[in-house]
Amino acid sequence: MDAVFKALADASRRELLDRLRADNGQTLGQLCERLAMTRQAVSKHLAILEEANLVATIKRGREKLHYLNPVPIHEIGERWIGKFERSRLQALSDMKKALEAGDE
Amino acid sequence: MSKPKFVYVTYIRTTPEQLWSALTSPEFTRKYWFGVHHETDWKAGSPWQMVFPDGRITDSGEIVEIDRPKRLVLKWRNEFKPELKSEGYSQCTIELEPIGEAVKLTITHEIDRPDSKLIEAVSGGWPRILSNLKSLLETGEVALKTKA
Repeated sequence: MDAVFKALADASRRELLDRLRADNGQTLGQLCERLAMTRQAVSKHLAILEEANLVATIKRGREKLHYLNPVPIHEIGERWIGKFERSRLQALSDMKKALEAGDE
Repeated sequence: MSKPKFVYVTYIRTTPEQLWSALTSPEFTRKYWFGVHHETDWKAGSPWQMVFPDGRITDSGEIVEIDRPKRLVLKWRNEFKPELKSEGYSQCTIELEPIGEAVKLTITHEIDRPDSKLIEAVSGGWPRILSNLKSLLETGEVALKTKA
């Protein structure tokens, strides 16, 4: 679990996860496009994310595809967020989203 | 098939044989899959279906490939929601790989269409099922007894 928190404690790595969330199953090359990071940096961040099991990879032909793996984050939620609290938290989160959307 | 829509990975402290039994035995499956269980003879080419506690069929298809305790490929179609059923068949691949004292369990799901509602539904379900399966195998208890 330390590896998950460490991996998430970096804005560039969270950005990589966001990009996979928007479009799952990308190659290193695709992830490097439109990013202000060198290919080497992206590759290093991906290795840390994979080590923490937040990114899962599969081989397709000669390509390595990267996927956002939500399982460890789900396990963190499971550990600290009881199922009875979930609906109240969802209501709070929906309210926050609705109120903040109005500010834009 | 196109590339998988999602790839879920979890590491479970158990053996491939135990994990395989957990994935395929009806008694065990009911415990971590919210009462649902498989019905099939687990042979390549055989029909496969998943059944709710009340007997309704949730999903059905065919065993495409089976290599105990390493790999299982299922042809998979939803049966109880018309809008999902009309999307037709998807393919689910389950792979087990021993790594040290644990087993790496990888679930991938693919379908030949963009914006699939079926994929959206199963991708929400798998993390809860995997988390239950992991705690059941590692501690003997499930985390979530009912669908939250």
